Amino acid sequence: MMQDKLQAIQAEAISLIRAAEKPERLHDVRVKYLGKKGELTGLLKGMKDISPAERPKVGQMVNDTREAIEAVLEEVKAGMDKKILEAKLQEEVIDVTLPAQKKGLGHRHPNTIAREEVERIFIGMGYEVMEGPEIEYDLYCFEKLNIPADHPAKDEQDTFYINKEIVLRTHTSPVQARAMEKGKLPLRMIAPGRVFRSDEVDATHSPSFHQIEGLVVDKNLSFADLKGTLAVFAKELFGAETKTKFRPHHFQFTEPSAEVDVSCFKCGGSGCRFCKGTGWIEILGCGMVHPNVLEMCGIDSEVYSGFAFGMGLERIALLKYEIDDMRLLYENDVRFLQQF
Amino acid sequence: MKTSLSWLRAYVPELDVSVQVFTDAMTLSGTKVEDCVLLDENLDQIVIGQIDKIEKHPDADKLLICQVNVGSEVVQIVTGAPNVNTGDKVPIVLAGGNVAAARDGVKEPGGMKIKKGKLRGIESTGMMCSIEELGSTREMYPEAPADGIYIFPADVEIGVDAVEALGLRDAVFEFEVTSNRVDCYSVLGLAREAAATFQKPYRPVVVSDTGNDEDVNDYLKVTVENTTLCPRFCAKVIKNIKIAPSPKWLQRRLASVGIRPINNIVDITNYVMEEYGQPMHAYNLEKIGGRHIIVKTAQNGDTFTTLDGKERNLDENVLMICDENKPIGIAGIMGGENTMVTEDMEIMALEVATFDGVNIRKSSKKVGLRTDASGKFEKGLDPHNAKLALNRACQLIEEFGAGEVIGGTIDVAEPLKEPLRVKFDHKKINGILGTDLSQETMLEYFARIELDFDAATNEVTVPTFRQDIERLADLAEEVARFYGYDKIPTTLPQGEATIGKLAFKMRVEQVARNVAEHAGFSEGMSYSFESPKVFDQLLLDANASLRQSIEILNPLGEDYSIMRTSTLHGMFTSLGTNAKRRNKDVRLYELGNVYLARELPLQELPDERTQLTLGFYGTGDFFTMKGVVKAFLEKLGMFEKENYCIDDKKPYLHPGRQADIYYQDKLLGYLGQVHPTVAESYGLNEATYVAVLDLNTILDFATFDRKYQGIAKYPAVTRDISMTIAKEVSAGQIEEVISQKGGLYLESYVLFDVYEGAQIEAGLKSVAYSIVFRAKDKTLEEAEISAAMEKVIKGLEAIGAKLRK
Repeated sequence: MMQDKLQAIQAEAISLIRAAEKPERLHDVRVKYLGKKGELTGLLKGMKDISPAERPKVGQMVNDTREAIEAVLEEVKAGMDKKILEAKLQEEVIDVTLPAQKKGLGHRHPNTIAREEVERIFIGMGYEVMEGPEIEYDLYCFEKLNIPADHPAKDEQDTFYINKEIVLRTHTSPVQARAMEKGKLPLRMIAPGRVFRSDEVDATHSPSFHQIEGLVVDKNLSFADLKGTLAVFAKELFGAETKTKFRPHHFQFTEPSAEVDVSCFKCGGSGCRFCKGTGWIEILGCGMVHPNVLEMCGIDSEVYSGFAFGMGLERIALLKYEIDDMRLLYENDVRFLQQF
Repeated sequence: MKTSLSWLRAYVPELDVSVQVFTDAMTLSGTKVEDCVLLDENLDQIVIGQIDKIEKHPDADKLLICQVNVGSEVVQIVTGAPNVNTGDKVPIVLAGGNVAAARDGVKEPGGMKIKKGKLRGIESTGMMCSIEELGSTREMYPEAPADGIYIFPADVEIGVDAVEALGLRDAVFEFEVTSNRVDCYSVLGLAREAAATFQKPYRPVVVSDTGNDEDVNDYLKVTVENTTLCPRFCAKVIKNIKIAPSPKWLQRRLASVGIRPINNIVDITNYVMEEYGQPMHAYNLEKIGGRHIIVKTAQNGDTFTTLDGKERNLDENVLMICDENKPIGIAGIMGGENTMVTEDMEIMALEVATFDGVNIRKSSKKVGLRTDASGKFEKGLDPHNAKLALNRACQLIEEFGAGEVIGGTIDVAEPLKEPLRVKFDHKKINGILGTDLSQETMLEYFARIELDFDAATNEVTVPTFRQDIERLADLAEEVARFYGYDKIPTTLPQGEATIGKLAFKMRVEQVARNVAEHAGFSEGMSYSFESPKVFDQLLLDANASLRQSIEILNPLGEDYSIMRTSTLHGMFTSLGTNAKRRNKDVRLYELGNVYLARELPLQELPDERTQLTLGFYGTGDFFTMKGVVKAFLEKLGMFEKENYCIDDKKPYLHPGRQADIYYQDKLLGYLGQVHPTVAESYGLNEATYVAVLDLNTILDFATFDRKYQGIAKYPAVTRDISMTIAKEVSAGQIEEVISQKGGLYLESYVLFDVYEGAQIEAGLKSVAYSIVFRAKDKTLEEAEISAAMEKVIKGLEAIGAKLRK
């Protein structure tokens, strides 16, 4: 009797649930059968007419019915919610090809990008990045670098003078002399910075430009170590395939000295307009620190040796980014800067 | 330094290498070939032909029809050349061949192809060539006619390669000689290097003493008063001079390296200067007063007319060659008009001296004259070379019959420097290079370049012409370049590890770049030097401290004559450039130094201060700029509130829109709108804003240390207040009251409304703030908040605020 009643309620409720088209209808069914005043609750209220012995059994039956109805209710509701969400998402389709809302980020100067590239590589090899004054004593700019007064090398560098003792530094090497003088060894350092030479402004010259120079002072350093270091650097900066070629050269502050060419990173060495058909691009100067320089900076050249190298940042930037006129670097036209 | 392959072969006869091999090997052994001109470039199928027969062209007055025997056949060539005759032997480019240039000497890339064709109806197979068409010049081939076909001497063989016969199968190299290798500014020096590089015998010219049995001392006397500036003075006398053209081969050699042949005497001095790297000078002996040469410095204020006819100003440091009455030359730079070589000269003195290089360089600058000679002298020449060169020149004079050399040599010299001896240690050299070469290998390299080894003392004797070799490191370089830089192994440094890092200041600069770029500013760079006129453009007072700038002694011009004391001009110029090019919404920043003298004139290095300069026009205003400044300081861990002090002192900024920026009472910099007058002078017609921050000052406050504060667990309570207050009271003053009176629980406050206008009484403004309170350890009670608010309100009323309900 009770069982029949429950079955009838269950069947009726489930058919109503299945027939529901909107979530509101499901709510109605829940109220009608499962709510506080619903039919199942009503049945439970009628339990007082049932013998106490039967009560647990009937209670169990009522609960089973409730669970059965709830299960179907949940199932249908989940399906309905999913459909509703799908319909909503369908409505929300956008044209993904409409223009982006870009925040106008600024751009680093190509010189700085080149400088940070070089710094990154050498920091990874244990080099400290140091700075020094741009207006410098002749003593540090020349004298301590084995360029004595009246040496023709001083003329070669087209120095701007403030007075007899003070110059605009023509290279970043004085930073090296200052670091060596501090005497903390072993020393691995690079010194990036602005330097000055009295060149008239044109497409390949500027009276103010930037260099980055490196110095290592330690026991048992050799030219082979210098070659290895710069080979690693060149591969890191210009690509793993890059080859290096060392040519004898002369600098006052190194002996032996070399100029270094890298295989052209535009054509890979087969020859193009960048390397003027040679397959090689001259990129830096280097050498073993001249024992005179070590001695003048208070380092025992019998115990310690060193190697040094230097390059022009503008040159690297111009080559890497195929910039054909150096003047663009100092005009600061945003249409130029935004390309980096 | 230029020289031709054939000239080098004169001293290295076995040097038989291609131009490319030569270029590469010389460059790798340290004598870089910078440029190479092939004299036979674009010359193809050119033979010597003999003209058998000449007829007039039936339809053209100026054309000739020639039958030319080119050895294998007879070809018909129509020519317009005015200078050919039957029997002449001439260069013929065969049909299908190539010449280097057009008749006027203008070279085309790839040259000009010669095809079979018809001229006015008559067939022509090939072309007769002028020296210009062969890519050369009449300076190299003085026998060539000014306008016409080159004509060979009668004895040349018909049908052979005309290019070879002319000596054009040659190349001219331009070497980059480094300043330490004075010896390589000579063909002999380069030949020595070439011989060492290719391991071929070096055969320098053999010079013996020259001259007749007379004594030069009967003709000339030389006194050197300043032996420091003139360590050696050699001279010979030549009489019965016959000025004539020098032999063609010598003219050709000179012309090939760009020296114009003049006459036998001048050509010989030039030739030997190139060959030995030793300049020399010839004087008309009859014009030398007292036949006595005196070498001494000039007096301040003296003048002298050099042989180019120009009057030169001298001073006491300029060394002069004088006779008993007058100066006759500026030592090592240029001779005088008064004793110069002339066509009718009969007797001359030939001077070969060495001078102090530094003095020559300075004198050359002083008198404003740089010559081939001074260029060589200023490098500091080896006195040992002088007498050799003098004898070589006299040998050529005798050989060419240019005159009769008087016996003996005047040689006034300080004791010549002995060859230097350098301790040799092959292990140490291997240590420097990272190689493992035997002593024998190294000694073999040394032998190639005339470095002798003394086994007894274990020393290397350095010839005096190698002034660059002074110590073991220099010997190591010699080993390296003959072993080959490319063969030296490639290793990485061993040894104690070091930490790679950026200096603290550079990390702060990175933050500056990142913040600026996130705010839309792109990085510019401007010059460190500028014109003193910029101070006027910035409307600075006559006594403004920014005008205390450091001047450059030798600037490129007034526009680059002082070191900047401010970055504003660079920034305004860059913004102006963009504005003129109609770029919209431009934002730029620069990180660069200003140079502030501690005293003027400069006694010690100036204070170099790195400035972050931000500038923009377009979208945004004063507060946009302020936001960037604040974001930057916060990224540097500077979380305390910075103060903006209203200022009107900077003439380049809008008087009502500028502020100094203080942090903990230290001035960090300033910001403001650029004064319209200044802006306009840079072509900036829109409102332009600028901020300048002194990084050196900021470094004292910046930190990358952070400490976690805990995230608030208890709720915040917000109270809004709105007030009217006199317009003149700044938000800064109101905020100072809030922060002082807000008490322990005050967390933050934010301005959310400012209004001036219709609903507000004149002279007042309405201001509204949200004030947030929070305790770390409890939920605040209403009473605590009310108490705090009451204090705030009282404080505000004290500065004249009326609360609006």
